[in-house]
Amino acid sequence: MSKTLSIFRREFASYFATPLAYVFLTIFLIMQGLFTFYIGQFYGREQADLSSFFAYHPWLYLFLMPSIAMRLWSEERKSGTFELLLTLPIPVGAIVVGKYLAAVAFAGLALLLTIPIWITVNWLGSPDNGVIITAYLGSYLMAAAYIAIGAALSAATKNQVIAFVLTVSVCFLFLVSGLPLVTGLIQDWAPEAITLAVANLSFLVHFDNMQKGVIVLSDVFYFLIVIGFWLWINRVLIEQKREQG
Amino acid sequence: MSVLLAANNLTKSFGSLVAVNGISLSVKRGEVLGFLGPNGAGKTTTMKMLTGFLAPTSGDAAVCDKAVTTGNVDAKRHIGYLPEGAPLYGDMTPREFLTFVAETHEISKAEIPEIVESASNAVNLAKVMNQRIETLSKGFKRRVGLAAAIIHAPDVLILDEPTDGLDPNQKHEVRSLIETMSADRAIIISTHILEEVDALCSRVVVINEGKIVADDTPSGLRGRSRYKNAVTMVSPKSAAGEIILALKPIPGVASIEQVIEGDVIRITALARNGAQIADDVGGVIASNNWEIHQYSIEGGRLDDVFRSLTEANRTGDTA
Repeated sequence: MSKTLSIFRREFASYFATPLAYVFLTIFLIMQGLFTFYIGQFYGREQADLSSFFAYHPWLYLFLMPSIAMRLWSEERKSGTFELLLTLPIPVGAIVVGKYLAAVAFAGLALLLTIPIWITVNWLGSPDNGVIITAYLGSYLMAAAYIAIGAALSAATKNQVIAFVLTVSVCFLFLVSGLPLVTGLIQDWAPEAITLAVANLSFLVHFDNMQKGVIVLSDVFYFLIVIGFWLWINRVLIEQKREQG
Repeated sequence: MSVLLAANNLTKSFGSLVAVNGISLSVKRGEVLGFLGPNGAGKTTTMKMLTGFLAPTSGDAAVCDKAVTTGNVDAKRHIGYLPEGAPLYGDMTPREFLTFVAETHEISKAEIPEIVESASNAVNLAKVMNQRIETLSKGFKRRVGLAAAIIHAPDVLILDEPTDGLDPNQKHEVRSLIETMSADRAIIISTHILEEVDALCSRVVVINEGKIVADDTPSGLRGRSRYKNAVTMVSPKSAAGEIILALKPIPGVASIEQVIEGDVIRITALARNGAQIADDVGGVIASNNWEIHQYSIEGGRLDDVFRSLTEANRTGDTA
């Protein structure tokens, strides 16, 4: 446990060792603002809620979360510190989790910095804060799921750009599998159960509920299972990539 | 129990390529084992298996009686490892980095600052402790890597080319550092610098194409040289022909080599099967009253042995 914490601390600090953290946080907040106010028409809707804020998170995260995760392993493998790290007396699982949690904590920090908009909406009207808290939780879980995919795929390559592109692609699949675009393609020939299963794989479907303020245990579990699954993939990839250094 | 590291028939294949083919060795406390071999002989792969980074295809290794596997944290605790090229986290300072490494070794929080301090003093890092590692010179980076390898006072120290890429002064520093650490641990260093073996090692293992081709002391290895007990001297060019003619008939002299060095010639009389020829050669020279400089008896040449051991297979192939 204390070793996971050591890994976590080192990894989290490394975000701030380069301008990466500041660039990311700035872009994150600017994009949030653009989506919420211009595209989402936060003022124009004249409603005291944050649905125009949360509605775009799945799409915003599609590009932003992979950029947090892409360096997690590919950089270690490129610089050779991969070998150093894996010969320290730390279980591989603890390294995987420690690194992952650092990225998730960083995403959490970014999300925390959006709190002024929550304050604003409370100042302008009286929103249902329960809904907003649930939506924040859903948004954070979704971000964590994106990062789990990104962390695993970053172990697959030494090249951060490839890791990024791979992650965006896989995340995109997870995102759109619930849209009519995809379900329409398969529902004509596949049994309904499969169509439903594919649709249920979608981040959108599960995030939607939480965004509306409904906490269904199955949605929370869904994200936790996705995270667990990709952390497992992450570990498997690392064991496999040892061979290639 | 004084055997701290034991490897038994380690083999590693990458696809159809057999990088390491059945290497067995053991290193005792107080021993410095030099791991020699041409590039691509399997030195680094062997070290990666000994440190639990790579899983061997077959065979096993143990450190302090604990099996080395990719997952066995207990064995890794006893190992200090400097990977090839000494990879480090460039965005950290040496102090942060060493603190991180100390934490992973479960050194208690209260002790860490002191231990980091003493490890950094051991490698003379004090000046740069708060500078980002990526801004440091190669020599300092290597020292940071060494400090990280020794920070937990490991029983077994495995250093992959610790002096590679350093200038002669830095090499000397690293060597004396390894020397001071050798007393109470088992150390393996890989190198292809032969002088290093002389300067540091109590034992030499030469590997070629994944196999051990020699396991000996440095002087034992040198003794295998065809230059063992050879006599070398420098004479003026004018006298050389006469000298060579006179030396050839001496029983025990196998052949004579000469190298022209400006106005003088360096003559080497090789002994047949390492016979003692120095007295006879000296007698011939004295009786003729030749002008001779730098008269010396050789113990053998490591580079010569190294070449014959590691090229034997290749000449065998063509024969």
